[in-house]
Amino acid sequence: MQVKRTPKTYDVCIIGSGASGGTAAKVLTEGGLSVALLEAGPPVLPERDYKEHVWPYDLPHRGAGIGGRARQGLDDEFLAPNGAWEIEGEPYVSAPGSKFRWFRSRIVGGRTNHWGRIALRMAPVDFKVRSHDGMGDDWPISYDDVAPYYDKVESYIGVFGSKENIPSAPDGIFLPPPKPRCTETIIKKACDHLSILCIPSRLAILTTPHNGRAACHYCAQCGRGCITASNFSSSQVMIPPAEKTGRFTMITGAMARELVIAKDGKVTAVSYIDKATREERRVHARAFIVAASACESARLLLNSRSTLFPDGLANSSGVVGRNLMDTVGSDAGGYFPQLERMPAHNHDGVGGMHMYLPWWKFDRKNDFLRGYHTEFGGGRGMPGVGDYDDLCDYVEGYGASLKKECKKKYGTFIGFAGRGEMIPNENCYCEIDPHVVDQWGIPVLRFHWKWSDNEIKMAKDMQETYRAIVEAAGGVFLGGNKIDDAHPYGIADGGVIIHEVGTVRMGERPNTSALNGYCQSYDVKNLFVTDGASFVTNADKNPTLTIMALTWRACDYLLDQAKKGNLGA
Amino acid sequence: MTISRRDILKSLTATAAMASVLRVIPLEAAQLAHKMVRAEKAAAPAQAYTPKFFSAHAYQTLQSLCNSIFPSDDESKGAVEAGAPEFIDLLTSENKDYQVSLGGGLMWLDSTCIDRYEKPYLDCTADQRKEILDLIAYRKHGKKDPSLGQGIEFFSFLRKLTADGFFTSEIGIDYLGYIGNTYVQEFPGCPPVPET
Repeated sequence: MQVKRTPKTYDVCIIGSGASGGTAAKVLTEGGLSVALLEAGPPVLPERDYKEHVWPYDLPHRGAGIGGRARQGLDDEFLAPNGAWEIEGEPYVSAPGSKFRWFRSRIVGGRTNHWGRIALRMAPVDFKVRSHDGMGDDWPISYDDVAPYYDKVESYIGVFGSKENIPSAPDGIFLPPPKPRCTETIIKKACDHLSILCIPSRLAILTTPHNGRAACHYCAQCGRGCITASNFSSSQVMIPPAEKTGRFTMITGAMARELVIAKDGKVTAVSYIDKATREERRVHARAFIVAASACESARLLLNSRSTLFPDGLANSSGVVGRNLMDTVGSDAGGYFPQLERMPAHNHDGVGGMHMYLPWWKFDRKNDFLRGYHTEFGGGRGMPGVGDYDDLCDYVEGYGASLKKECKKKYGTFIGFAGRGEMIPNENCYCEIDPHVVDQWGIPVLRFHWKWSDNEIKMAKDMQETYRAIVEAAGGVFLGGNKIDDAHPYGIADGGVIIHEVGTVRMGERPNTSALNGYCQSYDVKNLFVTDGASFVTNADKNPTLTIMALTWRACDYLLDQAKKGNLGA
Repeated sequence: MTISRRDILKSLTATAAMASVLRVIPLEAAQLAHKMVRAEKAAAPAQAYTPKFFSAHAYQTLQSLCNSIFPSDDESKGAVEAGAPEFIDLLTSENKDYQVSLGGGLMWLDSTCIDRYEKPYLDCTADQRKEILDLIAYRKHGKKDPSLGQGIEFFSFLRKLTADGFFTSEIGIDYLGYIGNTYVQEFPGCPPVPET
């Protein structure tokens, strides 16, 4: 096969266009560098691709997808496109005894097109866990190093929230939060009674016009993409300013296969498959930013084997693929009879929770280490496929009585989702499967996964907390998973919360970590890994805001190096 | 002035290229366009639906069951008017598992009715149909009479799909009283909860 070369050498080549790649594209091009970005999927066109304001009955499948796929949790017809648990022709493998699920988005903007927009800062203690409780490792950087970059990201993308002065949930630069919904006022009251913190949530959604973007119009459909760009997505907020500089080249449909090493031990090019032609091509650059998502980035490094780097690129420490973490997730719910009496009203709000429960037991000794926050929601949302499964099984029967019961119970349920910190363990990692390639000929990942006791105990605590809250609010608790259930205390399988991080971690020492505090490879100086792969721990804070802050910080460092004439040196 | 759907769609693409602040305009246009598509559909002369998967007989049985599960009443029309049978037929035509569970379930119902009443379900009297539905609509009856197990499983699944079809229709959404899917300047928050 002929290998086509792009003769131009860019200053920087970025692989991936999500939260990290998009941030890098904006910061580096605005800093004066020429940038090429490879994205494995197609461009996103909001006017064509977003199903905002579409009613279920506007779609032949009513949102259920072809053959009812959405009912099996495989995808959702309404979601912004190209995120999926299974991608045809691009498999991955779970090792025997391991259950791991991997959600991937092949599209400009990646998973930011439909993420939950939850934008939480890590707390100072989250960077120094080993010093605090002796488990895991400290980050090589501190909260004070990252805080200025949290400021930059929040100021640019727009995050609503409120100043609360809670040690586990540092305040940021916030737009005003939206008013609570009925479901949120009920839970807030119960939490106050139980001395559990319940505060306005922090989401990357605009409640006022911001940096040329319109304010939210409260249709609750952020997950479908937002035509007015009132919520954050990389495709609508990070990529356009990069394009405006005239220094930005986007190459879509480009599946990165291998980073090519020159004799001097630096990366000189990335080889990629052009999906349209199935041809192999190369992009040359002075420096490379790998931001393909934690596991995909690890896969690219592990597949970049050479005589100089026989175990994969930037992997002299052997940590690439190791320390794979997701978030501890356990869900429960409640039925709240008082909501039956609510008159019909617009309950939509923003696409996500208006209030949440930050970690509140940081001031005491618990049965487990670290903490969790709680997301919750429910009420009179747009009816959708599958919404009545449980009620139908519960009420049974048929006819007028079933119909009336469904109406009566509409909007009376509130669900809780615990999201907690997992401590990395040696049983959770990904590696290259020795037998399987994807349709592009690229060896695929094999996942190994096992929760440890700490996570199971945390899930138990979540269930107990949600029972207490539901009962304090006068509701009926629906949940109560036990330890001997297939999922002990309802703990989700690895990967299901879609917060996988840690696979190319940073650290103080080159023998136990792949990157320094600027996401720069110890082994290969012109290589940076800026996505969630760089995380040392996975605090109970959704990783996206931190991914953007770390990327911005790494890019400032890279720009500084470029100014000194050290780009790629 | 009358605006055609083409005009709206044209303005949608034109405006979208402009500054993002103005993108609220295509949003309004998009809503209007959807509304017009629905109005056009509603104005078109009603044509008999040709099932994609089910035989004519099976489809009639399906319609009858959907109607029993969510019937018309004084508050709203029912699942058949809401298009639930068409929705179920479409999904089933694309899903081999549904073809077995729903296609087979309908045949189980007919066989069972022939055993009990010597007639397929549709030919049974209203009382006979009620009798068999009352049996397969509750799990507890499967414990007493295991021969009902498959019918109970089938009916439970059909009930869920019928709920999907009904509550995702304009009729079902109006019936529930969902208000939203629109743009508002400011979110008003929770209205006062009525005193008990």
